[in-house]
Order: sequence, then C-alpha cells, then structure tokens
Amino acid sequence: MTSILDRDQPKSQHRHPGRQGRPQPKQQARQGKPAARRRLVVIGNGMAGARAVEEILARGGAEQFTITMFGDEPYGNYNRIMLSHVLAGEENDADIFLNSLHWYQDNNITLHAGVRVERIDRFTKYVFASNGHVVPYDVLIIATGSQSFMPPMDGLYTPSGSVKPGVFTFRTIDDTRNMVRHARLEDHLPERQRRAVVIGGGLLGLEAARGLQSHGIDVDVVHSGGHLMNAQLGPDGGAILRRSVEALGITVHTGSRTTAVLGTDKVTGVRLRDQPDIGCDMVVVAAGIRPNVDLAVLSGLHVERAIVVDDQLRVVDEDDIYAVGECVQHRGEVYGLVAPLWEQAAVLADHVTGADTSSAYLGSRIATKLKVAGVEVASMGLKGPERATDEHIVFSEPSRGVFKSIVIRDNKMVGATLLGDSRKVAYLTQAFDKGLPLPEERISLMFDLGTPGEEQGVAELDDDAQVCNCNGVSKKSLVDAVKGGCNTVAGAMDATRAGKGCGSCKLLVKQVVEWAADGAVEEDPAASYYVPGIPLDKPSLMAAIRKQGLRSVSQVFAALAPGSVEDAKSKMGLASLMKMMLADRYIDERDARFINDRVHANIQRDGTFSVVPQMKGGVTSVQQLRRIADVAEKHNIPLIKLTGGQRIDLLGVPKEDLPQVWADLDMPSGYAYGKSFRTVKTCVGKDFCRYGTGDSTKLGIEIESRFQGIESPAKLKLAVSGCPRNCAESLVKDVGVVAVEGGRWEIYVGGAAGAHIRKGDLLATVDDPEQVKVLAGRFMQYYRENANWLERTYAFVPRVGIEHIHAVVVDDAEGIAADLDAAMQASVDSYVDPWTERDDPLTPGQFRTSLPLTVLPQVPVR
Amino acid sequence: MSAHPKRELPHNLGSVDQVPVGEGRAFGVEGEQVAVFRLRDGSLRALSAVCPHKGGPIADGTIDQQVVMCPLHQNAFELDTGCSTTGAEPLQAYNVEIDAERNIILQMTERSVGN
Ligand code: SRM
Ligand SMILES: Cc1cc2nc3c(=O)[nH]c(=O)nc-3n(C[C@H](O)[C@H](O)[C@H](O)COP(=O)(O)OP(=O)(O)OC[C@H]3O[C@@H](n4cnc5c(N)ncnc54)[C@H](O)[C@@H]3O)c2cc1C
Ligand code: SF4
Ligand code: FES
Repeated sequence: MTSILDRDQPKSQHRHPGRQGRPQPKQQARQGKPAARRRLVVIGNGMAGARAVEEILARGGAEQFTITMFGDEPYGNYNRIMLSHVLAGEENDADIFLNSLHWYQDNNITLHAGVRVERIDRFTKYVFASNGHVVPYDVLIIATGSQSFMPPMDGLYTPSGSVKPGVFTFRTIDDTRNMVRHARLEDHLPERQRRAVVIGGGLLGLEAARGLQSHGIDVDVVHSGGHLMNAQLGPDGGAILRRSVEALGITVHTGSRTTAVLGTDKVTGVRLRDQPDIGCDMVVVAAGIRPNVDLAVLSGLHVERAIVVDDQLRVVDEDDIYAVGECVQHRGEVYGLVAPLWEQAAVLADHVTGADTSSAYLGSRIATKLKVAGVEVASMGLKGPERATDEHIVFSEPSRGVFKSIVIRDNKMVGATLLGDSRKVAYLTQAFDKGLPLPEERISLMFDLGTPGEEQGVAELDDDAQVCNCNGVSKKSLVDAVKGGCNTVAGAMDATRAGKGCGSCKLLVKQVVEWAADGAVEEDPAASYYVPGIPLDKPSLMAAIRKQGLRSVSQVFAALAPGSVEDAKSKMGLASLMKMMLADRYIDERDARFINDRVHANIQRDGTFSVVPQMKGGVTSVQQLRRIADVAEKHNIPLIKLTGGQRIDLLGVPKEDLPQVWADLDMPSGYAYGKSFRTVKTCVGKDFCRYGTGDSTKLGIEIESRFQGIESPAKLKLAVSGCPRNCAESLVKDVGVVAVEGGRWEIYVGGAAGAHIRKGDLLATVDDPEQVKVLAGRFMQYYRENANWLERTYAFVPRVGIEHIHAVVVDDAEGIAADLDAAMQASVDSYVDPWTERDDPLTPGQFRTSLPLTVLPQVPVR
Repeated sequence: MSAHPKRELPHNLGSVDQVPVGEGRAFGVEGEQVAVFRLRDGSLRALSAVCPHKGGPIADGTIDQQVVMCPLHQNAFELDTGCSTTGAEPLQAYNVEIDAERNIILQMTERSVGN
C-alpha cells in the first residue's frame, strides 16, 4: 500500500502542505473558502481523470479551483498501457507512474487515493465517499474508466462468492502484480509444466499471453471470435497474426467458447464447448471491458452503454457535471483506447475553465498503432471493402508475418491494416485523417518506392497529424514547442509529453523536432553536463577543478554546484574524474564512491558480492587454481563461474566475508566491478597455435599489468589476438590488438559486442609490442580526459571521429602526446591493489553487512 | 506495515563513529532493520533498511543532503520522510539524533506516513 491512503492517516498531513484538515461532513461547505475559488472534484484518478486535471491546470485552473481527486486505486496516476510491459517484466511497476505524489502536492491537489466515491447528490452538489467523506463541489468530473468484463461461465467463483484462486483479470497495477506473483510461485503443479489459459484473443488477451510466457509458462489463448483481434483486423490479417503468435509458442483456439472454469478450491483447467478440456493452473479473463457506470446510474445521471455526454463533454442535462474517458458515450461511441481520451480532456478543460467556450469534441477517428505480443499492428477505418466499387489492395507475406491491406473509396483512403511492418504508418494515418489525394501507383502506399521518404514525410505531415498516439500530440504542438524555444528533443518531449507513453513514436518525434528547428536543434544543456549536479561540461569542469585547486568531491560541490548542494547522482562520476586527474593528490572521500568501489566487489541482486581475482590475460597456474578451489571450498561459495572475461568468478560472497576471502586468495583484484580498466582477453598465440604470428598472450599480460585498475569514464575491456582469426575477439573491444603477418600489430579502438555491436576502427598498425602499449595507453588517456561519464569507447570514438583520434594519438597533431603519456604514467604509478584494504578497513564498518541478516550489529544492550 | 502504534522508546545504538560521514550503516533494532545515515553536515537520518523495490540494502546506498539512492536499481528516497522520489513505495522514516555522549539515539516511532 502506498502512503497516500487518506482513510486513517491524519499523520500524512505534513506531506500535503497545501491540504486542508480532514474535512468533516458538510462543515467544509459552511466554513467555505473565499468565494473566489470554486471547488472542482474529480472522481477517478486514472489516465483520463488525471489528464483532464493537467489540461485544466494548463489553462490557469489553479487560480480558479481548489481541486480534490478521488481514486479507487491506492496510487497516483500511472500509465495503464505499460502494464503489459510490467507483466512481461520489461518494465518496473515503479517506473510507469505518470503523476507522482509530488505532482499532486505541487499543484495543491488533495488526492484521496484508495477511496471510492459511492454516490453523487446532484441537487445539493456533494459526493459521498466510501470512507465517510462528504465533499461539496461546484464542478464535478467523472472519469471512472472501465473494468474487465467477466463473461458468464460456470465455476468462476467459489461458493463464498469470491473469484476462484487462480483466476485473474488484467486492468490494474494490482491485477498485474497478482499475476506476476502467481506466475512466479513454483510450487503448484510441480510435476508438470505450468500452463495458463487466456480467455480472449484481443489486444489485452494477446498481451497477457505474451507477458505470462516470459515467466516460463505455457499459454493457450481461447478466443470466441473467428480470428484474433477481430475488432481491429479482418480474417486474413487475423490469420497472419495467428501464425506470428503461434510462432512465439502460444497455442491459439479460435471459435471456441469457454463454458466453465474447473477446480473446486483453485483452478485446475477450463472446459470448452465442443472441444477437450484444457488443464491449467491459471486463467486470465481478457474478454472485453465494461464502462464503470454504477455510480452514475445510482446518482440518476443519463446512462446508456456509458455516461452520455454532449460535444462539450458535459453529462446530458447537467450543468456542472462533466465526464471523460472510457466511462463516456459520445455520439453513440464508447472508446477503449487512450488517444480519444486526450482529445476529450482538452475540450473538457476548455469548457470547465472557460478558456475556449467554442471548443467542441466531435468524436475521434481511430487510427491505432499498437505493439501486440511483439507484433506491430496498425489499423484505421475499414477492415475490408464494403461496396462493389471499393478498391482493395492487399499484400500478404505470411512467412515474415507481414500483412498490409488498404481500402480506397473515391480515391480516398477509408481503411488500412498493417501487420508486422509499420514503416508507412505515419503517412497512411495522415492520408486517412485528411483524405489526402493518393498516388496512382497504389503499391507505393505500402512500400517506399516513390512515396515520401522519411525526410519529406515529416515536412509533408499535416499540422494536426498526430505524432504521439499515446499522449495525443500533434505535429503542430511539437512544432509550436520548438518555436516557443524548446529546441532540444528532450525539452520538446517534456513540454508536450510526446514520446512519453508507449514510446513507439520517439523516432518520429525526433524527426519532427529536428525538422521544426531547421537544423538548429540544440542538445539539452543538461545533456552536456558531465554529471547532472554540476552545470559544466567536461572541459569546463576539469578547468575549474584545476584553476581552483579542488581536490575532493565535497570541495567540488561546495565550489561549483548551484547553491553548493551535494547530488548523490553526481558523486560517482566526480570521484572517477578526480582520481583520473589528480592520481595521488586526490583526496578520496569514500562516500563519493558507489558501493562496489567502497568494498571492491560487485553487488548482486541479493546484496551479496562477487569476487573476481585478477588472472592476467586469462592465464592461470596450478597454484592459482588450487588456491581458488580451496577458498571456494572453505567459504562455501555458492557459484564458481568462468566469466566472459577469461577469469574465475566466485559469486554470492557476503560483504562481511570479503576481507577473509581476499586474504585466503592472496591474489590482486580483477576489477570486475568498477568503471575502470577490466581485462585483457588473449588467445594462445604463436608459442602454441599453428597459425599464431605474434605472442598475444605475453602482450596481453603486459598490457593488463601496466593498466590494471585505472579508472575511466566507463569500462575498458581489451583483447590481444595472435592472428587475424581473432580468437580473442579483438575487433569488438574497447582496445583490440591483432598480430598480422610480418611481426606487425594492428590496434583497433571503439569496438563493442555488449549492449551494442560495433567493429572497432583501425587506429594504427605498428611493428613492435612496446609501441602497442604506448599507443593503447595514449588512446585510453585521451578517452579518459574527453569522454562523457559512462560513455563507452563505442560511442566516444564515432562521436569524436577516428581521423581526429588518429591525428591526436598517432600523429600528435595537437602536441599533447607527451602530456597524455605522462598523465597515464602517473595513474599507472598510483596503482594500489584495493584488496589490501582487507587488513585495515578504511572506514568503520566498511565490510559490515547491510542486509537483513541476523548477524547485523544489534542494539548494544547497556 | 504496522497498524498498531509503537511506543516512543529511545534506543541507544552506540557511538556515532560507527557510521562514517556521508555513508550509512544498518542496525537491528527491536527485530527491525534500520539504516542510519550520517550526512556531511553531521546530522543523522534513519530509514528502514530494506528497499521496498526488490529488497536492496539501503544502507549501502549513495546519499546527499536530500536522498539516498538504493544501490541495486537506483530508486531514490527522501532521507527526511522515506518517500520515494522515483515512484517506489516509501521507506519508514525514524527520528534519530546524537546525544551529549555522541551516541546515536533512535526513536522507533514512525515519523513517516508510510503504512
Ligand atoms: C561476470 C560477467 C558474466 C559472466 O559470467 O561471464 C559479467 C557480469 C556482469 N556484467 Fe557484463 N559481465 C561479463 C562480461 C561481459 C562482456 C564480455 C567481455 O567482457 O568480454 C560484455 C560485452 C563486452 C562489453 O563490455 O561491451 C559485457 C557487457 C556488459 C554490459 C553492456 C555494456 C555496454 O555498454 O555494451 C553491462 C551493463 C553496463 O555496463 O552498464 C554489463 C554489466 C554486468 C554486471 C556488472 C551487471 C551489474 O551491474 O551488476 C554483471 C555483474 C553480475 C554479478 O552479479 O556479478 N556487462 N559483460 C562477465 C565478467 C567478465 C570479467 O571477467 O570481468
Ligand atoms: C493492459 C492494458 C494495455 C492497454 N494498452 C493500450 C494501448 O496499447 N493503447 C491504447 O490506446 N490503450 C491501451 N489500453 C487502454 C487504456 O489503458 C485505457 O483506454 C485508459 O486507461 C482509459 O482511461 P480512463 O481514465 O478512462 O480509465 P482508467 O485508466 O481505468 O481510470 C479510471 C480510474 O477511476 C477509478 N474509479 C472507478 N470508479 C471509481 C469511483 N467510483 N470512485 C473513485 N475512483 C473510481 C478506477 O479505479 C481507475 O483508477 C490498455 C489497457 C490495459 C488494461
Ligand atoms: S548478461 Fe551480464 S548483466 Fe545480464 S544477467 Fe548476464 S551477467 Fe547480468
Ligand atoms: S531494490 Fe532498491 S531500487 Fe531495486
């Protein structure tokens, strides 16, 4: 539960400075506020409710209203769309919040989270909440959204009336957490693979299926329709989507209706009509949604399929009650996607604040771009031809899961479906929205033959073409933001919220901003700061540190941070930079280090640490191996693993055991935890290998001995291979060395094969291993002095350009080669094996446990 | 999560020197894990020691005057209130001070609103 429950927490007041005392029923009305501000009450704190309030605030609503919000869910507003990603474990539930609690505080909004409104008295204008609060309003907004629809079937509920354990819906963050928790339980059905049945093969059902699969569960989707996603796709598209979904390992049953959930006290399977039962221990019901209208019905509002509103989003026959979102029926339509909600919220705000009393909502043309179970799906308008004269253009490539269908009437596009390839979506959406004239060669609607390419595409996009479908941001809003002075991509995104929903439009947003700024896109100034808390780029920061003679991180904050304020996020970067600049003269404040660098080991998910001793060039000995084995045995090391960096990792060591493990190993640290020089991988080389042309092992060991442990803006991983077969993978290393015929050595820089893949650029070919060490050292020093914090060489080298690096490092074009060499030498000379701290901890309790273990220091009994 | 109010009971955790300046250390008090931080201005703060996100060791976090950042996934929590500035569930905040003998005195009564 979060801290914002209002119910039983008078204590919570200090966190809501702007908040009035706990209102007593009616009293608040009498004591009243100065009549200047009207009372706005919002029921429903979901995507539409919170958005409506944002739009109202953007129109000066804070001056007009005191705002109170009720939300049934005990949280701030979060991005419901992202729940699919949370289920799949790709996103953290903490990261999907759109409005943090601070947002409510900062805007003086009283939030009653976890509180349901049960009744509205529209004559005396009060709302009655489940916790006994009775709150008066002048203007009311209903944004209660929808809930999952439970189709009738036997066995859904236990005899006591609760939903049977193992049955889930997929609507809220709590639903999602419950599913994840259930999915992770290992102990039900131990004897066979766990299986889930998802009822419903629409957007939600497929997302649920994909998410559950990522927990290692077998999933069957049971869909009563004839093909998947029949709301968005025609039968042909549905068939191709089915292939793609089945290729992911999901079993699909179409045209099947679930008649019962089996099992007495928990789920054991489902029964289908005319088909065999499916055994499972989890059922997810994703068979559609129903608007939450009980409150409105009970309170006497006009409700049909949903709450009926006019073009001003006002509830029919009511003067002061508005409704917005999925709980709304407008001109007969009830929407189930977010884009229409944004349009509604803007019009509603125009009227509630009086900002534009002529504004009208005329309904939304639904063009959706979705990513369903990893498959791109875009659909708009008609799914197929309806009249004999309609043109229908279809492209189908089942083996790649690509399907495209376009329906044209009177030379206007009236419908399109794209599956598995959404490159033309922006253009087609616009053609659909605007009724653009179409190219005669229809095929070019589907493929980039002669149609507007990316560049042209942006220029040609209409002003009100929607760029971000999640937040309903048009091209014009983005362009206005840029014209209004936001000429950074990040700034324009913050100002408009474009790209802050599902993120699928980020590329287009970037293109639009770049186009609008007409080449004058600036980098976000903060993006150029070396660390976020000090407003200086790297050269200015280094110059200021030198000029003022600063020697520690706290001195830097005191001298250079705005208001001399420390910043936790900046500490590690500053510590690394100053150690690099000052070597021995650096005053090492331990609190500036990340925990890994305080205890010289890598923290693991359970708070234990890993120990990777140095094993230069991946070469070891009988003695070393024996010692490692003895240590692992003595300390009950849970996992001994060969790393990708050619050494041995002892994993799962408690912090308090680190000093003893190091002492018993009596080997230097391998630095597998720091933003520092890590390893040099080598291959066997010419002494043993029949192809070897250079002694790669020897050179690798020498390089590692020389540069061990030096700090750098990001990790440095090196390799030396004995011939172009490259068994040490030198081409994808920060610095990679390859021996070539004739006793020569190639040096590559800026390679990567981790989160990014990049072949390194050839820096130089030299005759002599000594020369390799000099150039590698000089390059690394140049990188240390010029790279941004956490910028790996694979980003640094292309940013600066290999020609420039070659000029500086090899040709000494700037005359700084000697300085670079000297600075590197100073770092090399100041190397001390950090594991020697074992005998003499640097700070009190340096190796004391921080974990919830009983060995914690307990309160001394005195 | 404690529905029952706790007694205001001062606990003497011993010398403040156990906690280096700018860092945190964990203590076991009345069966609970408490992380005590010593800020660079010399004052103390105390929060529950287990990250609500995925159980990270809060005492191993990096701090400034305002927040502590959990070492595992960098969620941040206000040292004064325990509230997360990154959207995580809150930590419990406790009153803590240094007495005349330079001992750490912790009040186990919750001062944050987390429940
Ligand atoms: C132990 C090891 C995996 C293994 O069992 O083999 C490993 C383990 C970790 N890697 Fe790695 N990497 C290991 C070799 C690699 C390699 C291969 C290599 O070094 O030859 C790569 C690709 C090369 C590269 O660095 O690009 C690699 C690319 C990464 C990345 C992606 C970096 C990038 O920008 O592309 C990360 C994430 C990061 O740095 O932010 C990472 C991060 C991590 C961290 C440190 C994650 C973390 O912050 O806790 C892992 C620590 C796990 C733990 O609990 O201790 N690890 N990691 C390897 C240690 C090698 C060593 O002896 O030092
Ligand atoms: C898993 C998932 C994936 C989705 N993916 C997409 C997608 O990719 N693209 C897309 O466009 N849309 C998607 N949607 C749909 C989208 O999330 C909804 O259209 C949107 O959230 C609707 O907003 P809303 O504010 O109307 O309703 P909600 O976000 O449901 O908010 C309503 C809130 O009101 C509260 N409430 C209800 N009754 C009361 C009461 N009486 N008192 C107090 N509070 C009350 C509810 O608890 C809820 O918090 C997805 C939905 C889900 C569940
Ligand atoms: S790839 Fe690296 S970071 Fe990812 S789990 Fe493996 S060791 Fe950890
Ligand atoms: S465990 Fe603390 S941030 Fe993840």
